[in-house]
Amino acid sequence: MLAPRALVLRAPGTNCDHETAHAFERAGGIARRVHVRALAERPAIADDCQILCIPGGFSYGDDIASGRIFALELKTRLSDALFRFRDRGGLLLGICNGFQVLLQTGLLLADPASGAPLATLAHNRSGRFIDRWVRLRALPGPCVFLKGLGDFELPIAHGEGRFVTCSAAALAAFEAAGQLPLRYAAGTNPNGAAADVAGASDPSGRILGLMPHPERFIDATQHPAWQGRLDPHAAGSGLALFVNAVKAVS
Amino acid sequence: MLWEVDVTLTDPAADHAARDVVNGAAELELPGCGSARTSAGWLIEGDVCRTDVERIAATLLADPVTESFVVDEVGAAPLCSGPAGLTTVVHVLPRPGVTDPAGLTAQQAIALLGHPGTTVRSLRKYWLPAMAADAAARLARKLLANEAIHDVVVGPLPLRSLAGGRSWEFCRETVPLEGLDDAALARLSRERCLALSAVELRAVRDHFRSLGRDPLEIELETIAQTWSEHCCHKTLSSPVDHVGPAGPVRYDNLLKETVFAATRKIRESLGARDWCVSVFRDNSGVVRFDGDNDICIKVETHNHPSAIEPYGGAATGLGGVIRDVLGTGLGAKPIANLDVFCVAPPDTPAADVPPGVIPPRRLLQGVVAGVRDYGNRMGIPTIAGAVAHDSGYLGNPLVFCGTVGIMPRGNAEAAVQPGDLVVVAGGRTGRDGIHGATFSSIELSSESESQSGGAVQIGHAIHEKMLTDFVLEASRQRLFNAITDCGAGGLSSAVGEMGATLGAEVDLDRVPLKYAGLSATEAWISEAQERMVLAVAPADWEKLAQVAADEGVEAVAIGTFTGTGRLLLRWQGQVAGELDCHFLHEGRPKQRLQSRHVPQPAAAARWSKAAGDAHALADTLLHVLGLPDVASKEWIIRQYDHEVQGASVLKPLLGPGAGPADGTVIRGVLGRGRGIALGVGLRHRLGRLDPYQMAAGGIVEAIANVVAAGADPDQIALLDNFCWGDTRREESLGTLVEACRACHDMALAFNAPFVSGKDSLNNVFAWTDASGVAREISIPPTLLATALGQVADVTQAVSPDLKQAGNRLAVIGTSWPDTAGSQLEVAAVVAGGRVPSVDAAACRAAWRALASARSAGVVQGCHDVSDGGLLTAVAEMTIAGGLGARLELAKVPFSAGDDAAETPVRDLAVAFGETPGRFVCEVRDADADRFAPLMEGVPWAWIGAVVPETVLTIVPTSGVPQTVGVDRLAAAWRGVAGGGV
Repeated sequence: MLAPRALVLRAPGTNCDHETAHAFERAGGIARRVHVRALAERPAIADDCQILCIPGGFSYGDDIASGRIFALELKTRLSDALFRFRDRGGLLLGICNGFQVLLQTGLLLADPASGAPLATLAHNRSGRFIDRWVRLRALPGPCVFLKGLGDFELPIAHGEGRFVTCSAAALAAFEAAGQLPLRYAAGTNPNGAAADVAGASDPSGRILGLMPHPERFIDATQHPAWQGRLDPHAAGSGLALFVNAVKAVS
Repeated sequence: MLWEVDVTLTDPAADHAARDVVNGAAELELPGCGSARTSAGWLIEGDVCRTDVERIAATLLADPVTESFVVDEVGAAPLCSGPAGLTTVVHVLPRPGVTDPAGLTAQQAIALLGHPGTTVRSLRKYWLPAMAADAAARLARKLLANEAIHDVVVGPLPLRSLAGGRSWEFCRETVPLEGLDDAALARLSRERCLALSAVELRAVRDHFRSLGRDPLEIELETIAQTWSEHCCHKTLSSPVDHVGPAGPVRYDNLLKETVFAATRKIRESLGARDWCVSVFRDNSGVVRFDGDNDICIKVETHNHPSAIEPYGGAATGLGGVIRDVLGTGLGAKPIANLDVFCVAPPDTPAADVPPGVIPPRRLLQGVVAGVRDYGNRMGIPTIAGAVAHDSGYLGNPLVFCGTVGIMPRGNAEAAVQPGDLVVVAGGRTGRDGIHGATFSSIELSSESESQSGGAVQIGHAIHEKMLTDFVLEASRQRLFNAITDCGAGGLSSAVGEMGATLGAEVDLDRVPLKYAGLSATEAWISEAQERMVLAVAPADWEKLAQVAADEGVEAVAIGTFTGTGRLLLRWQGQVAGELDCHFLHEGRPKQRLQSRHVPQPAAAARWSKAAGDAHALADTLLHVLGLPDVASKEWIIRQYDHEVQGASVLKPLLGPGAGPADGTVIRGVLGRGRGIALGVGLRHRLGRLDPYQMAAGGIVEAIANVVAAGADPDQIALLDNFCWGDTRREESLGTLVEACRACHDMALAFNAPFVSGKDSLNNVFAWTDASGVAREISIPPTLLATALGQVADVTQAVSPDLKQAGNRLAVIGTSWPDTAGSQLEVAAVVAGGRVPSVDAAACRAAWRALASARSAGVVQGCHDVSDGGLLTAVAEMTIAGGLGARLELAKVPFSAGDDAAETPVRDLAVAFGETPGRFVCEVRDADADRFAPLMEGVPWAWIGAVVPETVLTIVPTSGVPQTVGVDRLAAAWRGVAGGGV
């Protein structure tokens, strides 16, 4: 059996593609970095992949809003390919900028009838970009990526990560449907996100978007206090998300 | 039709830009601005109707969940009616010709939506309470805009069109030099912003006289760029007659005989084990890393542009040094950035800030934001840095930006071949930064802001990211023979340097322009950002063009490297200028300079009354921890993505308490164990006291940082960045020579070669004060030393945070009463005293002992002692580890020197003296017997222990122990600056 294949989709300004591909490989997958231009020209590139990941970065500079143009490009040029990928059981992971893209493409937390986004990621409450480590709580439910995870730590690095829904009712509905499976630990919400939401999934649990960076904690030595406290040769908690994904499609 | 779209957040509480306006107005005591709202505005011109623009707004410009929008023709009433009670509208928009990244991005996205050919500009709109138009304009200029780059419009926008200029009509302008005397030549240089001396202009005149003509404007400009201080380091490479404390010395080339000479001697002594690859000749210095890769590093300054426009200056400074690494050899991948800022103290009274100078707090916020927005977008972690304060930096802040890169072995060698195409790739060329190279070589004045606005550049990071992806892929496929970045001097420098011996022909009309109207000269010397020049064999051109297209990068062949030894510039086939390369690169007359340095006599330490207080040690510690140089830089560090690329091992903030790191460490290659350590050293407070010790101490500090973190002390590469005042003055040049001597001596003593460097001179600010008196401020002589170390196995790296109660604490190195220029002096506990002085042999012995103890696995934690001395270092270890410590000052190896200091003054000197070359180590009790023999030959002692209570106990030589809680230490350390995260 061949190792599962992960397509790491990049756009101008994507900048976490190398380490994200590295994380999939550490998890036993085969990762391929593909430019969105190349995929638009040959959507069949995605056909032999089981996982599609939109990694972090500042796609197209994020000058208007984060992920906006990348999402627009996917909607205008690759909408069919993406929905086909989802419908044949492919896993979709959006990290940071990738989460922002997933929300704006209508693949995640969208109105089922119109496809309009019902949630977004706004500027942090502080108004500033912030890089720090956060404590997280996973409530996996059906979410493939978070299987077996409970309390753990990951770093965040974003200026626009404050989860907002269009209404309180929408938030309650997503919560009831188990679509908000990753939260900042109580009292540690770094950006003012509604309901401490750090990550969201679709009802099937096969699409996940999250603000924290799991690819930045695949080795213990990436933790800011690893010395004298963690085995430097051990894996970091973030690797589990990639291992879960690879196992789920093996 | 010119349309405007205004996008506004529906939730006023989320409008943090408005909050910043209200807070900023309060801080600057600007009245009448108790509430505000902001909108993002977009001007869209092209073949689009209202429905089109509404669709563009809904799908592209506004977030359907959080924002609302208004679409109308520019100037229409709905665009001028804001939220209730906010009747004044202020527009802030980039001045014509200033790069507008958001506008360019929107323009491209609108094309994607099916409307190619639109022109878009972004603007910010501020809704303020009712106020007079001139009051609003004044507020906007102070708070919302920088006139170097922004236009401010109060009330309806009067714009009707965004149309750019008309095409330039070709003409040749001759600049007559014949018959001009020295005074007239100097005036010509000043008026044309050439920064050439009369002697140099005479050489130019003589050269052209031999050709039987006067120079053309484009030729004279090319010479001015090439001969600028910025491009050829004419002062540092000059012959100098120096009279210093060691007697008269005669240099034929100062830099070559000091810094370069040390490197050459070290390489020779290493013989076959020489690990330098390419030093002082490419855009960055290259050294061996592992069996597959070399690493390279460069640190640049961007001082003058940052003084005028902090955000753009710092951003483009970083952008420039990233391109230096990208343009080294056949291209290196940038993997880490560092940033060091020297600014005036944040509490400088407004009345002391000269006209035309940006107040230090606002300046620091601007440069931090510039580095943040550029570095984060580039996806390069900003892992190291420092902020230093001195009133001398008021008019001339220093902004250092550095980048580390990695390249496959063999990539360091690159050579242009005759017949190669001259290819310019990346951003388009505009009037940005015209005269940047010559401007940076001129002293600033209160008029600089208005005179040199054209020298300010605005970066567009996304273009540089795309350019980087393109260059690295083209490099992997070996599609070019040489590459360099377009920095100071623009194409004139880049093409001139690459074709320095071969010569080149360039068709300037082929240079892609941002807008019509640039003359041939402007296209040639513009310093528009995000461009690289490549030498491409004609056979590879098609493939290279394809890679560029795949990455969305514009690449255009604008000429050929010829082999004629001449630089031929054309415009639509007509000759625009022609220069002999030999004259251009070798024809600059060298002037012998005179320099002099008279050492200052040491001032005996004068202790304040507070030094005698019973609780002086603990109180002073709390004071020192909050001083701007020492205090936490967390508010800056957390705005930088310091973890992208996933390679970080020791971050700038470490331990459960997020204390300060010494050197930072990253893996060179993901999944592999070998690491790169980065450290900086800056002893600016000694610059005016003793320039030699300032430089030596900075070098020791940089090396100590990386050695503390786990680097091999026998493989350290150094970089120098000299920032000086007016070196045309003998005594100022004298201090520079002393610093060069220190670099030479330290490099040899430590076997640590310099591999690259840069200088920024004439950092003097002149103005006329309110009473009509001419005044000036010069920066203190400042050398930034950067150390690039290597860690054999990153799992053996060492952090400073305390790990475990019960562990012992040791100090390595002897302490002296080194209080001159110390933080203790800043805290006004002492004035004067011994200048901290480097004992190079002792430093090297300490580094080797530390490295062997680390290899033996007996060092649990290690912190280098620098600003604030020993007690500050221990306090930082407690903050980082969240554990307490007990420290016995009587046990610290101390040499009182000539002053037989007595307690309690002795204890203050031990606790806060800044003798270079010391470390605090944390060692397990069980390892104590293994640690001791490894310290053979090095002064050291057990000085205390880690304790479970979160309290620092300081035991004086005599008297009662003083205690202070770690929480209070942390609060003092975090208290100052920035306002938290």
